[in-house]
Amino acid sequence: MEFKEITREENLVYKRTPLMTDATLSYCPGCGHGTVHRLIMEVVEEMGIQEDTIGIAPVGCSVLAYDFMDVDFSQAAHGRAPAVATAIKRLWPEKFVFTYQGDGDLAAIGTAETIHACNRGENITIFFVNNGIYGMTGGQMAPTTLEGMKSSTSPYGRNSETMGPPYKITELIAQLDGTHYVTRQAVHKPGPVRKAKKAIRKALELQKENKGLSFIEFVSNCNSGWKMTPNDSNIWMEENMFPFYQMGDIKVDGKLVKG
Amino acid sequence: MKELALMKGNEVIAEAAIRAGVDGYFGYPITPQSEVMEYLMLQKPEERTGMVVLQAESEVASINMVYGAAGTGKKVMTSSSSPGISLMQEGISYIAGAELPCLIVNVVRGGPGLGTIQPSQADYFQATKGGGHGDYRLIVLAPASVQEMADFVDLGFELAFKYRNPTMILSDGLIGQMMEKVELPLQKERVTEFDQSWAITGKTKDRERNIITSLNLDPDLQYEHNLKLQAKYKSMIQDVMFEKSDCDDADFLLVAYGSSARICQKVVEMARSRGKKVGLLRPQTLYPFPSDELARMARKVKGMMAVELSAGQMVEDVRLAVNGKVPVSHYGMMGGKIHSPDDVLKALEEKYIGGY
Repeated sequence: MEFKEITREENLVYKRTPLMTDATLSYCPGCGHGTVHRLIMEVVEEMGIQEDTIGIAPVGCSVLAYDFMDVDFSQAAHGRAPAVATAIKRLWPEKFVFTYQGDGDLAAIGTAETIHACNRGENITIFFVNNGIYGMTGGQMAPTTLEGMKSSTSPYGRNSETMGPPYKITELIAQLDGTHYVTRQAVHKPGPVRKAKKAIRKALELQKENKGLSFIEFVSNCNSGWKMTPNDSNIWMEENMFPFYQMGDIKVDGKLVKG
Repeated sequence: MKELALMKGNEVIAEAAIRAGVDGYFGYPITPQSEVMEYLMLQKPEERTGMVVLQAESEVASINMVYGAAGTGKKVMTSSSSPGISLMQEGISYIAGAELPCLIVNVVRGGPGLGTIQPSQADYFQATKGGGHGDYRLIVLAPASVQEMADFVDLGFELAFKYRNPTMILSDGLIGQMMEKVELPLQKERVTEFDQSWAITGKTKDRERNIITSLNLDPDLQYEHNLKLQAKYKSMIQDVMFEKSDCDDADFLLVAYGSSARICQKVVEMARSRGKKVGLLRPQTLYPFPSDELARMARKVKGMMAVELSAGQMVEDVRLAVNGKVPVSHYGMMGGKIHSPDDVLKALEEKYIGGY
């Protein structure tokens, strides 16, 4: 079949959302960030809320998220995105406000802002991409780095006795009264991508209903930081990350999911 | 009709904020300025004007709330005291880098470290030289009375929006805690009349998305941004403010701001009663600094003395302005102790007028 025949309009089954800009993604090939960006923008497009959406970009790999998502954006200091989002939402209660943060940003330096925004039940959505490593700065150990996992600052593997064990901040904030919907998702295969998109839609719908804070963790790969091919990193993630960071809803309608 | 009240400096900051039509206040308790947020909470500003007041989990969070809120183009502020202001420095640098207007009030206490809760003017360097990382400046206003605490809130926002730059009111524990008669400003509508074309208000079809950031990975762009900022800081000199008293025939000039200037008013009176021609120049803006006026005064007087509640910080700017034309000395208590007019007069006489 010729290229021209394949690309006929009637064969079109999928196209990029216009809410993703034409800028070339700064992420490594194989990284999950681009997929999470696209899913958020698809939902914003489908809900017709581009004019009412404000994003907060963190410090880390996704510091330039505002180059790729075509909505108004504020970049935030390292870890402070939930504080920045809190104030914007308080002054623009009618807008949809979300933060987009990595594990170092949200679970290390920004722990206080994360916990207190969750505890106050700010009516915002937190998108948390957990790849178990500091990607942007070159693969250092993160609070979410698994026991025994090698990084540039745990070159012999994470030793929980001296470095502390990895922790699940998502389960932690689910305990707080202010959180309404807390879930853990992945975007490495079509099935999980479809589920993740539903979770994003649900979170933004809940924000529309003033239900309080929604929190979505995406367990993702960092093939560059983990020193693996994209495919190997996804397999490694399923075998090692998923048993510790278990997929699925943790809190729904303000109630912890028993499991 | 004039609305007069007897109020504490800290309470007046809060009342003036409500009356200035401020949209948001984000703070964290610290002595000696906790009355600002206490007064705001008591006043139910959400009912009076719709103003948002939020107690944050830390000064780090509160300044980043100010950063986020300032990005919406609305009038927002915080207040704190020295250790809290130190914690805010990264956020203030981001606000300056992203060119956002806001008001920050520092009711200074003695340091370094946890220091003391008594008044001090030892945060002058931090306030006027940038404070955080990178080349930036704040507009710095120095109130010397409870009345100026009221008046500088509105002025601070006017300048902040004019230059899209943070303004700091550099007060101290003395002005913050003392009660004086004050004429309250009129209640303004809480409407942001300023240009919001740059602000994050939601991307409409008719414009490109707005981005609030202080990041320029390309050094050429960061260089250009720095040039633009420096030109802006330089242009602020048009808004320099100072007050001169008994300067026309003065042989010796005291230079003092804030509570030290109040003390120096008495010193001038005492010196004049002894036949000594002493004048006072009181900077009301510390950045921009009245360097030109000090250079002019250097041609008329025999010596100057900077009087500050610090080891000598503003004195460096006075010396730069005077450029060696006349001797410039410093006198000041530190660590929360306050000099009396007698202390200052004695120092002035020992230095310039040949002792008692």
